[in-house]
Amino acid sequence: MGALILQQTINALTVGSIYALIALGYTMVYGVLRLINFAHSELFTAGAFIGLALAGALGVAGHPTGGLLVGFITFVVIGLAGVSVEIVAYRPLRGTSRLAPMLSALGMAVVIQNAVMLIGGRRPLIYPSFLPSGVIDVFGAIITYKQITIFLVAVILMAALELFVNRTNLGVRIRAVAENAETASLVGINPNMAISLIFFIGPGLGAVAGILYSSFYGVATFTMGFVIGMKAFTAAILGGIGSIPGAVLGGFLLGFIETFATAWMPVLTGGLIGTEYRDIFAFSVLVLILLFRPAGLLGEHVSEETMVYKSDF
Amino acid sequence: MENPARRASTPPTAATRKLWPGALALLAVPVLLLIVGPHLPAYPLRILDMILLYAILGLGLNIIVGYAGLLDLGYVAFYAIGAYSWALLASGQFDIHLPFALVLLIGASLAGIAGILLGIPVLRLRGDYLAIVTLGFGEIIRVLMNNLDGVTNGPQGIARIDEAHLFGWTLSTPDDFLYLLVAMLAVVFLFVWRIQESALGTALSAVREDQDAARGCGINTTRVKLVAFAFSAFIGGACGVVFAAMQRFVSPESFTFWESLVIVLVIVVGGLGNPFGALLGATLLILLPELLRAYADYRLLFYGMALVIIILARPRGLIARQFGPSWLMRRLGGGKC
Repeated sequence: MGALILQQTINALTVGSIYALIALGYTMVYGVLRLINFAHSELFTAGAFIGLALAGALGVAGHPTGGLLVGFITFVVIGLAGVSVEIVAYRPLRGTSRLAPMLSALGMAVVIQNAVMLIGGRRPLIYPSFLPSGVIDVFGAIITYKQITIFLVAVILMAALELFVNRTNLGVRIRAVAENAETASLVGINPNMAISLIFFIGPGLGAVAGILYSSFYGVATFTMGFVIGMKAFTAAILGGIGSIPGAVLGGFLLGFIETFATAWMPVLTGGLIGTEYRDIFAFSVLVLILLFRPAGLLGEHVSEETMVYKSDF
Repeated sequence: MENPARRASTPPTAATRKLWPGALALLAVPVLLLIVGPHLPAYPLRILDMILLYAILGLGLNIIVGYAGLLDLGYVAFYAIGAYSWALLASGQFDIHLPFALVLLIGASLAGIAGILLGIPVLRLRGDYLAIVTLGFGEIIRVLMNNLDGVTNGPQGIARIDEAHLFGWTLSTPDDFLYLLVAMLAVVFLFVWRIQESALGTALSAVREDQDAARGCGINTTRVKLVAFAFSAFIGGACGVVFAAMQRFVSPESFTFWESLVIVLVIVVGGLGNPFGALLGATLLILLPELLRAYADYRLLFYGMALVIIILARPRGLIARQFGPSWLMRRLGGGKC
């Protein structure tokens, strides 16, 4: 029993790390533009595919050190792709309506997904692992080196982001623009620069998550972004959208909820609710969170801006 | 954005205005469809049927998105409820064979009830949150249909659905459905247009523009939004029943997030809150992939690009909100506008 719980905790931390990395991209973009960047999940997929292509080109499939290089290049490439998406599809629509950029984002998601399909093919591809192999046995729970690496990479990236946002000049600018773009521009901060930076970092982190995810499961398909993206977005809302620590907390929390619910629901309901309802747990959590605590766990106060009306019903 | 109060105060000059030119213009489209439609070859006729179906869906969704200003990304759930109503109540699945007209009512009502049940908790949310919750609802319905094997047959779907009979008239070929869909479109169009012009429509646009101000004017915003949700879901459910009767096969495949998205795009590309916009949008969005069929694998890529370009060029849609049927009636009827 103890070993089982420990095992599930490890699994939850692995999945949670990936959700958290993706959720950061959603939350940062939303924090500044109040936009759900639907293209983000497709950039995650594109990241995994670029990682695969690089592994072939550089001949580093299966080497953890090569993986670092691949991860770095993919981060930059997808980061630049994210910046271009913002400039082409979102920037011209700023200030029109809230619906237009959202649908433009959906259009971009379709474009990126199909571009990935055209280049990578329709069939699932076998993914070479960039992660070290091997296992440790801890009190009967089996922890793979892959899981440890994923967790460490995620934690290091998140710590770096936290330092960047809170301790550097550029980070201050980003926070200023997120707070209030107009006021920030009065004190000489170019909001476009900050927004571009966000669209570089967010998708870059998502791309690394894509490589980790595909390395872990050993496959990459061009459609894998949608469900993962939805869950990562759930994680972002769970933690409080717009909040960076919230996205991290939400990611890990969702990892735990999903892993434990999937494992225990069939037992508790006598097999009535099976593991096939895995995806429903995430969505149900989302619905419940939005209904009872729309600002999320670490979100800021409930205001008009967060689109919640208090006196209804 | 137009001022809702202004629209409510226009009618007094109507006496000096003739109604028939506008009415004729509005009637021209369905009459033309009924004359030309049946002579079309099977393939274009089927596309025409799909355009009409999506136009009706667009008109339905417009009540929530266009009039009330609430983004619903899970509209396909109501469509699915309607489709599965026909599939379960008129097939060998449980050996129930109810008549089409009855199931049309049942399916639409079930969808309407689902709309209200979803609406009660969800309508406290606005904007993006509402969009995400409705998206989640759509996915939950789809996953349920995928997994409730005993009821819905899971991913295999339900085949060998009954042929539909409506008052002794058999609906089997695409031109039978053309007549049905044109009739439905006419009814839904009139209904949606009259809603827009009614006190409810005015209340909805007040809610859309400023909810607090609307409440300040004594509008029960919650009830108004619930009614919009129910009407919208009802129309979606009716479309689902017709869809299932047309395909005579349903599976969860047909009710993905992508479908919801297409319906939202129909009204956004055509022009939010404008019944004509839904017609134009449906025509474009169904025709475009067919025209791009020659590009095979590149089809969706171009489709996505076209969407982004249309939205960038016309963020408020191809036909602006004010150029709706009422505008046409005024325009053609003479007198002061």
